[in-house]
Amino acid sequence: MSDVTSKDGSIAWFYSDTVKDHFFHPRNFLTDEEDTSRFNAIGKVGSPACGDELRVWLRVDPETERILEFRWRTFGCGSAIASTSMTSEMVTENGGLTLGEARAIRPQQIMDRLGGLPARKFHCSVLCDKALRDAINDYYRCVGKTDKIVAESARVVDSVANVTDRDIEAAVLDGATTLEAVQARTKVGIGNPGVLPAVEELIRFYIEKYNSNLN
Amino acid sequence: MRHVYLDHAATTPLDPRVLEAMLPYLGHACGNPSSFHSVGKEAKDAIEGARARIAAVLHVRAEEIVFTSGGTESDNLAVLGYCRANAAGGKHMVVTAFEHHAVLEAVGHLEKHESFEVTRLLPDREGMISVEQVMEAIRPDTIFVSVMYANNEIGTVQPIGEIGNAIQKSKVKSQKLGKSYPIFHTDACQATGFLDLDVEKLHVDLMTINGSKMYGPKGVGALYVRRGIKLQPLQFGGSQERGIRPGTENVAGIVGMAKALELVQADRSRESARLVALRDKLVAGIRERVPKTRLNGHATNRLPNNANVSFMDIEGEALVLYLDAAGVYVSTGSACASSSLDPSHVILSLGLPFEVAHGSVRFSLGHATTAEDIDYVLDVLPPLVEKLRSISPIRVDEKYFV
Repeated sequence: MSDVTSKDGSIAWFYSDTVKDHFFHPRNFLTDEEDTSRFNAIGKVGSPACGDELRVWLRVDPETERILEFRWRTFGCGSAIASTSMTSEMVTENGGLTLGEARAIRPQQIMDRLGGLPARKFHCSVLCDKALRDAINDYYRCVGKTDKIVAESARVVDSVANVTDRDIEAAVLDGATTLEAVQARTKVGIGNPGVLPAVEELIRFYIEKYNSNLN
Repeated sequence: MRHVYLDHAATTPLDPRVLEAMLPYLGHACGNPSSFHSVGKEAKDAIEGARARIAAVLHVRAEEIVFTSGGTESDNLAVLGYCRANAAGGKHMVVTAFEHHAVLEAVGHLEKHESFEVTRLLPDREGMISVEQVMEAIRPDTIFVSVMYANNEIGTVQPIGEIGNAIQKSKVKSQKLGKSYPIFHTDACQATGFLDLDVEKLHVDLMTINGSKMYGPKGVGALYVRRGIKLQPLQFGGSQERGIRPGTENVAGIVGMAKALELVQADRSRESARLVALRDKLVAGIRERVPKTRLNGHATNRLPNNANVSFMDIEGEALVLYLDAAGVYVSTGSACASSSLDPSHVILSLGLPFEVAHGSVRFSLGHATTAEDIDYVLDVLPPLVEKLRSISPIRVDEKYFV
């Protein structure tokens, strides 16, 4: 684990001062007691089995398509929690980003605002941009603007069988709606059971996305 | 702020008496043990004295102790050194799935690159391996068996003496038939402070120990090698340690390790009883004050200083860092705290879900731990778990982890 030294140089910690601040004092997370009826989009990424799960709740102004509220919950390590908290500020500051602007946020921008992360933390823990895009798709799905739904570009889900999310999408469109059916078409996760929770997640995502077109 | 170090399984602080024993060899007694003059002789005498003292604790001959740079090297030398030198007798190895990476990755290397075969034994849900399991896995071409004495993560203590005895009996039978038989290695790094290291009772052929888990120095270890066992060296360039481990000896480290071993072994019954009480107080306190937890490993058949607890719905690294800010230093089996994306192979080997591994935290107590320290941990821990749970979207069902 590479260290990050605090601004005054006195204490070396694993994360920057900004990460530390957001980790110990997370902003905008959704408490159990809160009523969620005011939100009009929900997004999700990851699963507890793979070590990180994020959920985001958005309140989008239907007139301007600006994000008025970004609330979240995260299961994950220090940088996962801090990067979600930081994203909640980036998305809602100065009157809120439009959905188009929010969709363009990339992990590098979040990391820059956090003052850096240890290299090995970057890919596994900055996932909130994905959860955000998932929520944006959910918003468009809910309001019936399905033409505005953008699928994530292909990404390898199972490096053993070399199966991408596009392969899973194709299998679902082909009528495979259970893990077994998708496995029969793609061999995903066979001999690599660690990826199965993420695969099930993707199957659910595509079933929801294409719900009207599937039998 | 109070500082409570509960990571003694990672490493222990140096005992001041050990430091005192080492100081001459970091100062004026600076000779090379291989030199033919009185300064060199002084250093040589120091390492031979240390060798004899370690051998006395283990009830073995002094020449059966080989000094190394630590537990990882000793494990590597046992696996690679033995299997490479004895491959003519067969190319099959039996290990447990929860061995230290120093054994698992060495075994994996032989499997991948040197055409050996490996049987990895899965423990039961409490982390125990049975004698029968080991004996059933041994084949006519098995040359090497390795079972960890006490596990570094969950602290479970294996029946090494019984396994060793069973292997030895089958060895006698095999010898009569002129067949080869496996030798038995145990990694005893975590056991040194608490368990009996008498090789006559353990019936092992190779045993790994190191300095830094028993209030000795880091960067020094030893491998017990039963007389007559051939090892292929891992490095070359000298005749030190009978050519098995060439290189100028870490004189101060070796002297420190011998002193540390004598000290912890002399005190182990008293210290074990003291730590069992504190450990049980910690576990009972967590169970009482924090819902949705599980103790990983065997309830009683475990190291006196080890408590490995999974806190459901949260991720271990986040809790480790929250505890760090409160002055409590522990470790986790979560993937986030390791260099890979996989969580603890030990917790997964118990057949438990990934969530349990990601939420696992190891508390390992030691010399400095007091009842007040445990009270402090029990005060600061519950609200930190509560806080992380409040920002977590996960609510795992009870039946999933119990």
